Amino acid sequence: MTSALLSPAKGPATEPLASPLAPISYKAPVAFGLLTLIAVGGFGFGLGSTARTKFSLASKTDFFQLPNFAVPSQFAVIVLCVLMMALTALSFYSALNRHKTKAWLASLFGLSWVLAFMVWVIADKPATWTIPALLAASLSLSIPLVFGSLTGLVCERVGVINVAIEGQLLFGAFLAAIVASVGGSAYWGLVAAPLAGALVGALLALFAVKYWVDHIIVGIVLNVLMTGLTSYLYSTVLSNNPELNKAMQLPKLPIPLLGDIPVIGPVLFRQSLLVYLMYGLIVVLNVMLFRSRWGLRMRACGEHPEAADTVGIKVNRTRIRNTILGGSIAGLGGAFFTVEMGLAFGKEMSAGKGFIALAAMILGRWNPKGAVAAALLFGFANELAQMMGTMNTPIPSNILLMIPYVLTILAVAGLVGQVRAPAAEGGFYRD
Amino acid sequence: MSDKPELPQAPAPKKEAAKTAAKRAAPPPTPGRFTLALKEILAGSWLLSLLAVVLALAVGGVLIAASNEEVQASVSYFFARPGDFLAAVWDVIARAYAALFKGAIFNPDADTWVRSIRPLANTLTASTPLIFAGLGLAIGFRAGLFNIGAQGQLIVGAILGAWVGFAWHLPPVLHMVVALLGAVLGGAIWGFIPGLLKAKTGANEVIVTIMLNWIALYGVSYLLTLDAFHRPGLNNPQTPQIDDNAAFPLIFGASFNTHLGFVLALAATAAVWWLLERSTMGFRLRALGLNPNAARTAGINTQRNYIWALTISGALAGLAAAAQIQGTERSLTSNVAGSYGFDAITVALLGRSRPVGTLAAGLLFGALKAGSYQMQAVTHSVDVVLVLQSVIVLLIAAPPLVRAIFRTPDPEAVRRQKVAAAKAAEAAKTLGTAGTAETAETAGAQVAADGGQTTQAKLATNLRAGQAESRPDRGPVGDSDEGGQS
Repeated sequence: MTSALLSPAKGPATEPLASPLAPISYKAPVAFGLLTLIAVGGFGFGLGSTARTKFSLASKTDFFQLPNFAVPSQFAVIVLCVLMMALTALSFYSALNRHKTKAWLASLFGLSWVLAFMVWVIADKPATWTIPALLAASLSLSIPLVFGSLTGLVCERVGVINVAIEGQLLFGAFLAAIVASVGGSAYWGLVAAPLAGALVGALLALFAVKYWVDHIIVGIVLNVLMTGLTSYLYSTVLSNNPELNKAMQLPKLPIPLLGDIPVIGPVLFRQSLLVYLMYGLIVVLNVMLFRSRWGLRMRACGEHPEAADTVGIKVNRTRIRNTILGGSIAGLGGAFFTVEMGLAFGKEMSAGKGFIALAAMILGRWNPKGAVAAALLFGFANELAQMMGTMNTPIPSNILLMIPYVLTILAVAGLVGQVRAPAAEGGFYRD
Repeated sequence: MSDKPELPQAPAPKKEAAKTAAKRAAPPPTPGRFTLALKEILAGSWLLSLLAVVLALAVGGVLIAASNEEVQASVSYFFARPGDFLAAVWDVIARAYAALFKGAIFNPDADTWVRSIRPLANTLTASTPLIFAGLGLAIGFRAGLFNIGAQGQLIVGAILGAWVGFAWHLPPVLHMVVALLGAVLGGAIWGFIPGLLKAKTGANEVIVTIMLNWIALYGVSYLLTLDAFHRPGLNNPQTPQIDDNAAFPLIFGASFNTHLGFVLALAATAAVWWLLERSTMGFRLRALGLNPNAARTAGINTQRNYIWALTISGALAGLAAAAQIQGTERSLTSNVAGSYGFDAITVALLGRSRPVGTLAAGLLFGALKAGSYQMQAVTHSVDVVLVLQSVIVLLIAAPPLVRAIFRTPDPEAVRRQKVAAAKAAEAAKTLGTAGTAETAETAGAQVAADGGQTTQAKLATNLRAGQAESRPDRGPVGDSDEGGQS
């Protein structure tokens, strides 16, 4: 009962009750229809009937090798386009019946569109799509985004807007590199990184919760502070003492049986400890956020602090603790840039990933599942663009690199639209 | 919550302030007029800003000293000869800040007067794009829109401005004006997109502007690979130089690099002040920023004003682009925006989203930027300036913290004391001849305590009302500050 009241995704309470029927929204079918038209017009024509697109499902270290295969490009695109038309029709039908387009339908549509695009873009070219490599690199690119978006989630659910994810990632990367170099093992980096993030989180909590400074201002300024601090120390202390900033890499720990599954095994289960920690974190947060006392209390503080206070929850204490916890998650994600990638620390190496993580969290509607899905999707789009950049495709690489950002805007404008943030987010409370 | 009193307690800093107020008001007689005046000055916001700058310089000094090799060497024998350590610390900090001053304001070592004063001109030049972009962001903040997209708006403005500048060939003044308009148009378009999406689909402007920054960056990188945008004979991606006709004239003559853009920035400050404080649209934008629901109820078209706010914001970022292209750079590279778009956020925040404040903050940050290159000789990095900037903004945004550090009085407490003093005087008068000083004192003390409590209660209700909104005062620093003090 309480959880239903406090869960933000449920029922728009303030909507006027003028019409008993939900309005018919043609947004999804129209978007699907346009995308299908693009696919039919753009990918369907111009392919010779003899064109082939090559795919590979094998990874180098596989126990048994799957053969490469080539599909007839034109035929594959036509099949996918027919599927897209069917899905569009289905979506139109459910819109007529005042139903929302289902998530599986949208995912299937997206998958077919991307596949059609992939088939078209290297049709009749010597290049091959190596699916496991594509997926593995996508997962790798999305690691900081997943950690970052979960940080944003924890902080915002408790009522503190965290724009400082970027700074937390950066400082995590910085401290991970230094401590790993000094300690002589990359695992030390995994110990130090969350502490670095927690420190930034503590600063955020100090100013936003204790001193009532606007949360977004603190966040932005902390980003500048961390950029300045790490860049300054990088060009002075670290460049004078290169032994403090060595390239260390976490070893890969293949899981025996799971790692041998074809295609997904090498992608998911031949990873480093950081990635396994990420899996654990996703599962734990998904469960704990909605099914534990901790989750209920923190959501209460983010939705209705007065109510939380009335039942005896110390609102500001909860906020401070969870902001620090959230910071440590992003800090751990920052370890990706140094010890997971096997690089020494470099200036501004988080490169705006923290802001994209923030976008992923909002795109996922403040829900762990959605946030992770958005982060993975972004990683995939980014990797797809980067891979195509090396494949001599008809589209210039700079335009390809824009795609993930354009897609995010389209998704924010088209699919998500008006989202509802935790009600008391960004507010201040006295207790 | 059994221990919760009827009146909600103040947060720690307020509580302390209230306590000190009560302490001061209760036992001693009402403070004299001079003490009050002094306290008022000490509690004023300009002193607070000054103290924040001093504190930031101190933090920067610690950082500079800690990373200096001579200081590090002298630490090893600190207990044997602590004097060496202190001398080394003092030496490096003094040299660093002296270089900052020489690079930003006045260089007494230079051989000619022109060279001595040149740093000041560099500061004005460096602050021009910051002022423009900061003003744009300030408009957004006042309307409750968090526009992070100044970077992208600057880039798109620069693309259009530079293209008009080098590809078109027009007569002298006309060309400059047209190129300027091109840059403004580019920025305005890039601001219009998030405004439209926000108004029509409710898309969060923070995400959209961040994404548009990246799209603009990749867009300019792509354009620079095209033949039309490439300067023949150059290997690095760069456009041809803009025509001399399109460039801004240098206002202090050829020996200084300050260009017409700075005058325009001053004019823009005045224009934005008029727009925000005196025009109907400014009133609507401010209303929107304070409480969008109330604004809508009052009949303000929120959608149209969101679009206007972001479009004007983008247009001002376009002016920053014009300052870069027509003033300093004269040609387009993918790095044309530098970090101006992001620095402008801190400029607008430091200026508390007020036009004149933004102008002052822009000048300060311009000085830091201009001086940082000189300072680099001592600190080996310009990045220490980023630390200075962020600490300044952070401290100015948190007045209670600075007050706690320097133990300056809270303006609210001072105001309460003044009111109490006035009331006590009145009480003494009404008590007439029978009223002794003693009764007047106690009455004053009571009133003071009373006054304190009622303001506290009022503050609590204000805040609760504020919290009912989704984001009470997400925009300007000034507002949150005032909210805390009202």
